[in-house]
Amino acid sequence: MFLLIATLLKFIFFGLVFAIGLAAVLTWMERRQSAYSQDRLGPTRAHFFKIGGKPFTLFGLLHIAADGASMFFKEPVTPKNADKFLFKIAPLIGWTTALVTLALIPFGPSLPSSVFPASWIPEGVETIYLQMAHVDSGILIVLAIGSLGVYGAAIGGWASNNRFALLGGLRATAQSVSYEVALGLTLVGILMAYGSTELGSIVESQNGLLFGFLPAWGLFIQPLGAVLFFIAATAETKRTPFDMPEGESEIIGYFLEYSSMQFGLFMLGEFLEIVVLGALFTTLFLGGWQFPHLIGTDSVSVFGLFTWNGPVAVAVSGTLVFCVKTFFVCSLQLQLRWTLPRFRYDQVMRLGWKTLLPLALINIFVTAGLIWWDPTLSILSYVSIGIILLFVLVVIAGPRRPPQVAHGH
Amino acid sequence: MAIRVRERVEFSAYERSYLPEIARGLTVTVGHLVSNLAALIPLDPFRQRRTLEDRTVRYPEERRVYPPRYRGQHRLLPREDGSPRCVACYMCATACPAYCIHIIAAESTDPKIEKYPAAFEIDLLRCVFCGFCVEACPEDAIRMDTGVHTPPFDARDDAVLGRVDLMSLLGRPGTEPAYGAQNYREKKPRGS
Ligand code: SF4
Ligand code: SF4
Repeated sequence: MFLLIATLLKFIFFGLVFAIGLAAVLTWMERRQSAYSQDRLGPTRAHFFKIGGKPFTLFGLLHIAADGASMFFKEPVTPKNADKFLFKIAPLIGWTTALVTLALIPFGPSLPSSVFPASWIPEGVETIYLQMAHVDSGILIVLAIGSLGVYGAAIGGWASNNRFALLGGLRATAQSVSYEVALGLTLVGILMAYGSTELGSIVESQNGLLFGFLPAWGLFIQPLGAVLFFIAATAETKRTPFDMPEGESEIIGYFLEYSSMQFGLFMLGEFLEIVVLGALFTTLFLGGWQFPHLIGTDSVSVFGLFTWNGPVAVAVSGTLVFCVKTFFVCSLQLQLRWTLPRFRYDQVMRLGWKTLLPLALINIFVTAGLIWWDPTLSILSYVSIGIILLFVLVVIAGPRRPPQVAHGH
Repeated sequence: MAIRVRERVEFSAYERSYLPEIARGLTVTVGHLVSNLAALIPLDPFRQRRTLEDRTVRYPEERRVYPPRYRGQHRLLPREDGSPRCVACYMCATACPAYCIHIIAAESTDPKIEKYPAAFEIDLLRCVFCGFCVEACPEDAIRMDTGVHTPPFDARDDAVLGRVDLMSLLGRPGTEPAYGAQNYREKKPRGS
């Protein structure tokens, strides 16, 4: 009973409040952040009343409510020859897979059961994981479930009995299947380094410091893996450099026939996938809830100014750190959309099969070799830091094309 | 207008590896994001820059003053007695690249004037607001100095403005008064 209630609470906090809440906020961030990086103001209109003559827009956050209201009160149209049942459930498939993935992600450090009154705890339970499902094969399930997500797009495109929607669904399927391969392979390096598929213990292994100051996060021992994973996962979530399946500005995609809240579900589902990707990236490459110098094993201290002891402190601040990291990864994904143009479809395929896949394989072999050479991972981390420094150097000092001067006509 | 042949850009291997250039692109967009966010902080020491709020013209409430030579909607100018100044010479209709001026000429009762436009229509949906009609008119009878832009239409027919509509518009304050044609004719009467 206690475990059931605990799981329910975890779902309410992490699934409903955090993930879906962040997904809704992302619909606002998508507009506000893009606006600010393009020197625009972004959403400023939706308001109920004015304060001091200025409309009270709550930084534009009321647009989320306005969107919701507008979606709810529109008429849901089902095309005449559509497969009614599949048409209705298609938006939910993406939601299901996203939420199932969330269940496996540890969003905070585990609590010893001594925190709770002894009468609540059933026999033999020693730790309460801040993770809805503590499953040993965690990452494999994530990959398996993640590849089901594309069924939402494929079925949505097929069931709406529209050629363009069907083509969009096909593009989504081809793209997802192609990048699935790279997505899985990029994680092998992490699996080898940490020797576990359980997401909680992967996070646990990312504690400690490298060279005395760098957090020992996955990013710093698998930089190539992290970048490749991020690219492949962006392709999986069908976001801008890879938004061929959707192509909202011209080729239109699989949710072409959807209207009203059914469309809203698709849309919010995509943002939920971004959150899931952010949480997954945080878990695998950014040390999950770990934050060295700040969160210790049983106390939290902010540069010695403020300390808070006990497992509850660690759990609360760990969860917060996890949420903040996830938020930043999501924000990076949005920023990428407003930086890059879209790939052509053949470029998407070439990138997936001819670039990501070989690079992922090379990453596996090099990582395996380095781990075999030195199982304590220190050589791996030297090489990785070298790669990161080299990349930063190239970005700063690499050749630059002189800016094209615009001539008058 | 010199002809310029633009070299086809070949990307170097470094550029085709994408990632460094993407990182640089991100620094540009993130730079804008951060500087715009920093400008929001009230005690920003760098607050020399104006915030986005200050730099933005919020269109329906705030409007920019159009420059004096802005080509707005057309108007037909009247004579002193209120009749259209236009003599239905078809110069504007000929000059119009969009073929959107339609004139039906009729004989004027005034012996000093040959013709007047019985109908004068401009289809604003086809008009490209090039101003050639204004340049072409020998009588200074058509101008685009109203300072208003084309209003939205509910139906295509509404976009076709007739003689009465065109004459009902006024030039915006400060536009130069009508000159020339009428006075000129009074000095040197034609046809009599
Ligand atoms: S502005 Fe140009 S397009 Fe419009 S009516 Fe005059 S000549 Fe024709
Ligand atoms: S050019 Fe002037 S005078 Fe001639 S038809 Fe057009 S508006 Fe009338």
